[in-house]
Amino acid sequence: MGEGRLGVRKTYKLYIGGAFPRSESGRSYEVTGAGGEFLANVALASRKDVRDAVVAARRAQPGWSSATAYLRGQVLYRAAEMMEGRRGQFAEVVAGAEGLAAGEAASVVGAAVDRMVWYAGWSDKLAQVAGAANPVAGPYFNFSVPEPTGVVGVLAPQASSLLGLVSVLAPVVVSGNAAVVVASQERPLPAVELAEVLATSDLPGGVVNMLTGRTAELAPVLAAHRDVEALDLAGAPEGLEAELEATAAGNVKRVLRRRKPEPDWAGEPGPERMLYFVETKTVWHPIGL
Amino acid sequence: MAFSRFPYAPAPESRSIVNLRPSYGLFIGGQWAEPADGDHFKTESPSSEEVLAEVSSAGPEDVDRAVRAARRAYDEVWAPMPGKERAKYLFRVARLVQERSRELAVLESLDNGKPIRESRDVDVPLAAAHFFYHAGWADKLPYAGFGPSPEPLGVAGQVIPWNFPLLMAAWKLAPALAAGNTCVLKPAETTPLSALVLAEIFQQADLPPGVVNIVTGAGATGAALVAHPGVDKVAFTGSTEVGKQIQRAVAGTGRHLTLELGGKAANIVFDDAPLSQAIEGIVNGIFFNQGHVCCAGSRLLVQEPVAEGVVEALKRRLATLRLGDPLDKNTDIGAINSPQQLDKIRELSASGEAEGAQRWTPACPLPERGYWFPPTLFTGVAPSQRIAREEIFGPVLSVLTFRTPEEAVEKANNTTYGLSAGVWTEKGSRILYMASRLKAGVVWANTFNRFDPASPFGGYRESGFGREGGRQGLAAYLKGPLDG
Amino acid sequence: MPAAGLSELAGSEASLRRLLHGLPGVDQVGVEARAAALATRSVKTTAKLWAIDTAISMVDLTTLEGADTPGKVLDLCGKARRPDPADPSVPPVAAVCVYPDLVPVAKASLEGSTVKTASVATAFPSGRASLSVKLADVADAVKAGADEVDMVIDRGAFLAGRYGRVLGEVQAVREACGPARLKVILETGELATYDNVRRASWVAMIGGADFIKTSTGKVSPAATLPVALVMLEAARDFTEATGRAVGVKVAGGVRTAKDAIRYLVLVNEVAGEDWLEPARFRIGASSLLNDLLMQRSKQRSGAYAGAQDFSIE
Repeated sequence: MGEGRLGVRKTYKLYIGGAFPRSESGRSYEVTGAGGEFLANVALASRKDVRDAVVAARRAQPGWSSATAYLRGQVLYRAAEMMEGRRGQFAEVVAGAEGLAAGEAASVVGAAVDRMVWYAGWSDKLAQVAGAANPVAGPYFNFSVPEPTGVVGVLAPQASSLLGLVSVLAPVVVSGNAAVVVASQERPLPAVELAEVLATSDLPGGVVNMLTGRTAELAPVLAAHRDVEALDLAGAPEGLEAELEATAAGNVKRVLRRRKPEPDWAGEPGPERMLYFVETKTVWHPIGL
Repeated sequence: MAFSRFPYAPAPESRSIVNLRPSYGLFIGGQWAEPADGDHFKTESPSSEEVLAEVSSAGPEDVDRAVRAARRAYDEVWAPMPGKERAKYLFRVARLVQERSRELAVLESLDNGKPIRESRDVDVPLAAAHFFYHAGWADKLPYAGFGPSPEPLGVAGQVIPWNFPLLMAAWKLAPALAAGNTCVLKPAETTPLSALVLAEIFQQADLPPGVVNIVTGAGATGAALVAHPGVDKVAFTGSTEVGKQIQRAVAGTGRHLTLELGGKAANIVFDDAPLSQAIEGIVNGIFFNQGHVCCAGSRLLVQEPVAEGVVEALKRRLATLRLGDPLDKNTDIGAINSPQQLDKIRELSASGEAEGAQRWTPACPLPERGYWFPPTLFTGVAPSQRIAREEIFGPVLSVLTFRTPEEAVEKANNTTYGLSAGVWTEKGSRILYMASRLKAGVVWANTFNRFDPASPFGGYRESGFGREGGRQGLAAYLKGPLDG
Repeated sequence: MPAAGLSELAGSEASLRRLLHGLPGVDQVGVEARAAALATRSVKTTAKLWAIDTAISMVDLTTLEGADTPGKVLDLCGKARRPDPADPSVPPVAAVCVYPDLVPVAKASLEGSTVKTASVATAFPSGRASLSVKLADVADAVKAGADEVDMVIDRGAFLAGRYGRVLGEVQAVREACGPARLKVILETGELATYDNVRRASWVAMIGGADFIKTSTGKVSPAATLPVALVMLEAARDFTEATGRAVGVKVAGGVRTAKDAIRYLVLVNEVAGEDWLEPARFRIGASSLLNDLLMQRSKQRSGAYAGAQDFSIE
């Protein structure tokens, strides 16, 4: 928005199955900055967009989870590299979204990139930390491994638009899940920016799907969707959590509750978020001649 | 019966070892208490319809008393107690279960209807093993991978099913207690007795009052427990339908929840399987405990080249199964646990016939009294039929076929459940391929229905969440960084 | 599959190998678990009495020592015909089993009874001799009047994968036996795996065995429940496939009535009740018989018998 030049205003689209469609509903909404200034128009996703995103996630998940852990780590690391290359742009949208000074925004972006790197490195360690060979009382080899839960609905944190987003998204996908993310409703631009990074990274289309819109409208659709196996309520609207949780019982979803208040995402996370969205699979086999 | 030439004479285990009281109260705060606002009900032996004892039905006030007793014990005794002391209590309990194993086995067979061979060789030894295994964890929690000083959750409300009454009590109580929680346990309505003997064992072990409280009753008692605001953790094993109700009840309360629900496991037999052992695995998979097993291998998927032979061999094997008195040491198939369950099995079996599957049972006279269902095989089952999709929870096997490994995976995963699966093949690489693609919490390869306290057990999808057993099972009873 | 088809399949070393390796594998843990489960069957009262008498009638009363003499064999034959002279309701055993040179003694002594004379042969127990020597050994026994011949397979050849050679020897011995029944000893203690036990069972049955037999009694382990289970399955499957009934003989280590009854349970539930007769199941043993007699007397009188109540041969 340089002086003397009329800016080109962009309408941001959704990110579904590796493509950038407009909302099926044709709706969009205005995003304003912390000071109330106009930032951009973004797509206002509908329940049908949720449906399409879940279909895309379901389609992508088996391939992503059967990729080697090493490759998943490489792909996430590549995404971090590309984020690093766009630090300036990320800083700009984060500053706009969260009302941060440039220096603060830059440091948040740095932390978000580092977070992506941190999780990338977990891909081939999680099973070693969370899995085991179990000493059962009999002539059997018995081992447990964590496997991805499947398709995970993620309500991104409302306040921390990039670091918070990466902190909930990376632990979901690093283990082989596919995600349908509902971006921060009021601060969606860093999420859209991230989607653009992911679209040009090596991440297979559909592994991450990014929806913008009203969380309170989209979250119940995700919670009720029978092809979604888990739900992260990190950014669930106040007062809606109990209902979402109850709805999620329809297909016995794993539900990670929202922490109140929204945590400071700056601290080192630990493996718990990854562990929440995996299933321990235990395999038995006889030992004999 | 099948063995006209060599009919094993009756070999009943003596029931004199069991000293049943005519009436049982609730076990609250280390004492036996009459229900304050509850009632009494009778528990009967499903094999004879004989009334075994009268049991209390806990009302909301009783549940409240039990939760308060558990809270007090948690605050004052159990949580502050050093892990190594908690460990010794659990070791004591384990030892006492072993010492009273015959009594517990007979009691379990009487109240549940399962064959004494199983209660004696599986249920009771495994229950003791669960206490032993978890006793060892009580003072080693800092090394379990949940941080340097993992904390218990508080009071656990635990609701268990009737298919493995004592074993499920052990699965629930042992990890909860090891982690430092106190418990209110609600045994199933039709099988309360072994849990009440377990209460006697807790008294014998001098377990501090209130650490474990046992409230008997039906669904309303369980609902009161699950909804009680003083409960920090709810653990449930039972049907998916009730599991969903509980998940809804717990929604928004911040209470912790783990669910171990139903299943419709595929038992997949490839043409290169060790066939004789596969036959045994199929039989054990579906007829163990009359098929009252959430992880039962109720859908047999056979590769087409061997399908005919496998069905023939199965029929021959089924003809040797001995159905009858659960206390007879030679009984393979006991009684169906309740008339309600029998109705459900009959209804679903009738639907199988109505939908076009072929029903087969061996010549198998059923006793006149009690609730019985013969081992039953359905062939020509289409994946769309109810008997291929719904959990029957009885001795009924649906046989389906497949051509390729991909098709087997697709059919096996074509269910809303995901508790267990079986794979039979002598090809190692194929076992690992199948194991990695099956959406099931437990995959038995060239075996079936094996359990061990060190082996995590629990499901994918609508079979529930959380694990029981192993290091992973402890997580269900410890506070994590993501909590509250 | 008719027997003729089978021998065609077994016609060359390569096709025989394909046939044997095409048999379903045996999972050790599974088969041992199944055998252990069947061993928990409780056989009491009338069933136990029936089982004891049946077991007695299936015993191949055996002496296979370098120190055997005609005197020892005569003692044994007396016992075989009337295991308990005090009780004529005790059935005679199935056979007396001796080395070939003692066949004439046994044969003469058992004359007029239902008890068969069985002889080990083919360079028993190792089988390490040329085929001509083995055949001469068989011919000797048959000529001396053996009703049954217990041969050993060449385990070395079997473990080296030379199944055709093993089959050829069995066929040659079968021929040499003439009308005598042929029991083929697999010596399962040397075969190392249950897969091998199953394959060796089929080689023996294709070669013409009337019985497949676990062991010589000279190698440990001898008969075990899971080995017997695999062999009973093989006999059942072969009988079903060809229509020619093959029996199973367990030998070595079966010392108590309890052991014997466990085997009978296995026979009953694995092969089926058609195998519950001496024509299809045998127990090679020596000390077992007295334990069966003691348990029989206990079942009948209620009092435990003493060791001196029965003759020691």
